Amino acid sequence: MSPDLGFALELLVSGLLVGVLYAMVALGFVLIYKASDVFNFAQGAMTFFAALALVSVLPHLGWPLSLLFVVVLMAALAVVIERVALRPLAGRPPLALAMSTLGVTFALGGLAQALWGTEPQRLSLGISPEPIQAAGILINRVDLVAAGAVAIIVAALIWFFQRTKLGLGLRAVADDHEAAMSVGIALRRVWVVAWTLSGLVAIAAGILWGNRIGVGFAVSLIALKALPVLIIGGIDSIPGAIIGGLIVGATESLAEGFIGPLVGGGVQEIFPYLVALIFLMVRPYGLFGRPVIERV
Amino acid sequence: MLYRECGVYRTTYAQDAALFPLPADRIGTAVLVLAAVLLPPLLGTYWLRGILIPFLVFSLAALGLNFLTGYAGLLSLGHAAFMAVGAYAGVILYGRYAVPLPLALLGAGVIAAAVGAVAGTPSLRIKGFYLAVATLAAQFLITWTIQHVPWISGGVFATINTPTVRVGGLVLDTALRQYYLAFVVVALLTVFGMNLTRSRIGRAWMAIRDRDIAAEIIGIRLLKYKVLAFIVAAFYAGVAGALVVFCWYGSANIEEFDLVNSVRILGMVIIGGMGSIVGSFLGAGFVTLLPILVSVAVHKAGVLIGGGAANSLISSLEDLIFGAMIVLFLVLEPLGLARLWKTIKDYLRLWPFPY
Repeated sequence: MSPDLGFALELLVSGLLVGVLYAMVALGFVLIYKASDVFNFAQGAMTFFAALALVSVLPHLGWPLSLLFVVVLMAALAVVIERVALRPLAGRPPLALAMSTLGVTFALGGLAQALWGTEPQRLSLGISPEPIQAAGILINRVDLVAAGAVAIIVAALIWFFQRTKLGLGLRAVADDHEAAMSVGIALRRVWVVAWTLSGLVAIAAGILWGNRIGVGFAVSLIALKALPVLIIGGIDSIPGAIIGGLIVGATESLAEGFIGPLVGGGVQEIFPYLVALIFLMVRPYGLFGRPVIERV
Repeated sequence: MLYRECGVYRTTYAQDAALFPLPADRIGTAVLVLAAVLLPPLLGTYWLRGILIPFLVFSLAALGLNFLTGYAGLLSLGHAAFMAVGAYAGVILYGRYAVPLPLALLGAGVIAAAVGAVAGTPSLRIKGFYLAVATLAAQFLITWTIQHVPWISGGVFATINTPTVRVGGLVLDTALRQYYLAFVVVALLTVFGMNLTRSRIGRAWMAIRDRDIAAEIIGIRLLKYKVLAFIVAAFYAGVAGALVVFCWYGSANIEEFDLVNSVRILGMVIIGGMGSIVGSFLGAGFVTLLPILVSVAVHKAGVLIGGGAANSLISSLEDLIFGAMIVLFLVLEPLGLARLWKTIKDYLRLWPFPY
């Protein structure tokens, strides 16, 4: 193996593993968009909120109780957000709802920092930082565990959507709000469930990211990486979020490795958006998204 | 009775097309302009640099975004990046090529508008959330380009200082003079904007905002007017960005034009009132004053409780209140502070009579 190819492979693998984590955040967006047609800019802030809440109670309660606390907290938060910021806006243009979630983003970030402080904190899962050597390339152990966790979560979500009554209800609502209501599905309860689910995804994403980069405001910026993921994969598709995340992770890592040195670094920050722009031009609804047909 | 509409007869076309047809509006505006001209010399530098100049700059930026979001219904998360383009264009034109200041301001606007035109072209094919992400991409790409092209920024994390700012023979070295420059520019562009929104262009934008497919069917060319909205918005942002450099900071620093500022300007538009000129000013005023009010309140509360309040707490509370305000206004008063202003006017129209 030539050194360049080895370098590329290493970048590719680490990029793919990071991409899995992007997919995790993007998944939260997809869940809410599918169920309620709301584009939730607050997903990043929710991830941050969950991670910070967890870190703050962890020293006092220990893992199991802390997790329980955060799950209950996120569920409560989902109910509150739905009540306060979304339900009153039902029937208004989607833009208003999206802007409302932008407001929620600021409010949540501010609330989290007012409650638990602005200092970045460490969150350790107790995984050794020693990389694994496999076929000549180095793989980060933490990333591997994270990828495994994401695989389990996605499997659980798929099971939920395919096999449970509530999951079926969510799919029905995603398909057609009115038809779903007419067969007796309580729309609002489904929305709360969708927000709770995305809150749970936010917890998982928050733990994984917090373990990687520490729990600080930077966690909520991960959402900015999830947006190109959605554009590439399609905003209403769970497989799309996964594939999109992998594409973003892989391309940005390769770009940073090969183009970065030529232009002075920082390519990672913008490359996903370049890819997303190309997709917007060529295929605005993403790889797996459903094209929208508009009528007057 | 204070705000009378009756008894105002329009007998000529010129009267009908007047910017302020009502005497009450004319008097009110005149008083406001007089106050803006006469009062600042009485205020200290803190008031000018800390409140009035930022207010004017952000009003201009919010006004620009209001054309785009409030009038044409296109969401943009990249407004601060257009300001950055204007800021750097202004500094480079004025500092490096010795272009006279008024022309440098204009040039800053024009260059930002050109960038805005490019950023706005996707708006024909995509809308809503997709457009928001495209403008977000513009935000990142523009700031990244400015940072990484040494010809523009002088290197990553560099700031460019402006040389002494002169208009004609006058040196703008005091906060007061800088304030007057900002005021004149903002006043001119506000009048231009007021006329623009009631022209063919403004009405086309509103038609597009209300239903773009229907607008297309009645013969409005979507590409032209959507891109035009981006051009005008970016022009205003560009001039505002140049004002940041010439009147406020005295230097161009990319950190000042990040995504948070884009969202903040969007917040001004939402809180102030979408599709309202007055609203842009009210929103900018509110968001500019908010940090000051919060820090004063926290300090007062801190004195009451007996502990010094941390700065981090202030900024967190500021975010919390800002976000809550956006949601609150979207839910309770979608037309923002401008709508409240109109309610007051309606009340004054009848006062002191009940009806």
